[in-house]
Amino acid sequence: MVASSISVRTQKLNLWYGTFQALFDVDLEIKQGIITSLIGPSGCGKSTLLRCMNRINERLGYVRTEGRVDIDGQNIYAEEIELAQLRKQVGMVFQRPNPLPISIRDNVLFGTRIHTPKADKLSKEQEEEVLEGALREVLLWDNVKDRLDDTATRLSLEEQQKLCIARLLPLKPSVILMDEPCSALDPKATEAVEELIWQMRGTYTIVLVTHNMAQARRASDECVFMLMGKMIEHTETADLFVTPKDSRTADYIEGRYG
Amino acid sequence: MFTATSLNERNDQVQRRFRLLFLVMTLLLVLPVLIILTLLVVRGAPAISLEFLLAYPKSGMTAGGIFPALLGTIFLVAMALLFSVPLGIAAAIYLSEYAPDNWLTRIINLAIINLAGVPSIVHALFGVGAFVIFFGFGTSILAASLTLAIMTLPVVIVATRESLQAVPQAFREACWALGATKWQTIRRIVLPNSISGILTGVILEVSRTAGETAPIMFTGAAFFLPFLPESVYDQTMALSLHLFVVATQVPDVPDHLPYGVALVLVGIVLIMNATSIGFRTYLRGKKKW
Ligand SMILES: Nc1ncnc2c1ncn2[C@@H]1O[C@H](COP(=O)(O)OP(=O)(O)O)[C@@H](O)[C@H]1O
Ligand SMILES: [Mg+2]
Repeated sequence: MVASSISVRTQKLNLWYGTFQALFDVDLEIKQGIITSLIGPSGCGKSTLLRCMNRINERLGYVRTEGRVDIDGQNIYAEEIELAQLRKQVGMVFQRPNPLPISIRDNVLFGTRIHTPKADKLSKEQEEEVLEGALREVLLWDNVKDRLDDTATRLSLEEQQKLCIARLLPLKPSVILMDEPCSALDPKATEAVEELIWQMRGTYTIVLVTHNMAQARRASDECVFMLMGKMIEHTETADLFVTPKDSRTADYIEGRYG
Repeated sequence: MFTATSLNERNDQVQRRFRLLFLVMTLLLVLPVLIILTLLVVRGAPAISLEFLLAYPKSGMTAGGIFPALLGTIFLVAMALLFSVPLGIAAAIYLSEYAPDNWLTRIINLAIINLAGVPSIVHALFGVGAFVIFFGFGTSILAASLTLAIMTLPVVIVATRESLQAVPQAFREACWALGATKWQTIRRIVLPNSISGILTGVILEVSRTAGETAPIMFTGAAFFLPFLPESVYDQTMALSLHLFVVATQVPDVPDHLPYGVALVLVGIVLIMNATSIGFRTYLRGKKKW
């Protein structure tokens, strides 16, 4: 695998929730086109770090961020950054599948519709093309092609989570952030979604938060271990689990932090 | 094994006693409602006829119908809603979707809750000062319905805010993460999923307005008018005030007349409530999450 260019780079990233500091000087380089997983005990700041990468943290008025986060070479905390454009480029999948309470079709087309000016509205045929492309890419097309107008919230959780991935794709993101995307799913669904994520590798840069070490081990190329808001270790997944450099990493993967 | 001990029996006895207590309390609560309704129907029904609804009062309001009052009440409530619903919904959207969580927002919220508790006679005085005198609307339909609108505004805001907050936060996050603005999120997801709840909630809360007397008495409702109002600057009769008048102010009113007026008034409120509850039940069945 030749993945050399850096897709996401954080430098001296610090974050406070009010007076509570949740991230400390995080310096991280995430390579383009591979799957990088963030692991660490609950509360160590994985979700917080992930949420800095599309700046969705900011809707909480009491969050303060310092340092920089570059995505594809651009500082996303710079003054001139337009959040709508950033979030087109950086998709996010949540812990609980959260399809919108509209039809499957409208879910997939939601992003395209809000980002297309009225004048350039896609024709019916173009929309169908986008729809089919996205649903095929997440292996959902054959499953749902006969009920595209059904409400998305009636799908099974596995299908819902795949749909949540599918609705990012028409926007052609370069980075996809996933916050424990399988933790609400049963083992079989987990396997299916993991398989999908693995298939998307190469096309997208994927940052995957997980508290499940087996999942990190199975489903990622590189692994970042975090503890109490600090980045402790970042190496290839195989190395991290076999020869951790830091004793705290070793303690964690041996289950000493729970 | 598994047979009751004396302690179990004692516990059962206590629990049955409490069950009975709560049941009695509940019945006590329902009883007055039943009595009132029965009384109204039994004594008021003889007065009700199409003519009663569609004719003018006659012979010093001791006979005839209630048409101008009925129409006036419908006018006043409709116009009050026209003012308070758009304003209240807009304010609620701002407070629930946009306002930052700071001391100012908290003070505004507190003020709204307290405003809902202000006695209607105080609103009446405010209406006289503001609409009748300051804005120069005189005692008129306009002044009266604006006063009613101000009075209902806090309940509209609270009912709307509750409906908005019933829309799961996860939907909003999903939209924001796709780059939607707050307005796109509200317009495409939040409102479509709460507007029915908002409207039914608002009607349910506001139907009470139909029965209010104090706020309209000094601002636009008249004792008796032999003709219908021609513009919003005219006064109007209203059912609530008419009931007060025929029940206490006019001599020699036949017994069934005030009960008839009351029955119509309660009927209007009940019909509005029933429609709104039916609508809500229907929509809940269609709920998508
Ligand atoms: N919205 C918030 N407000 C205040 N503190 C928060 C908020 N979200 C997370 N935190 C705190 O920040 C720390 C990191 O949380 P989080 O990033 O969710 O951890 P993880 O995803 O690794 O479990 C925790 O101590 C948590 O309590
Ligand atoms: Mg988390």
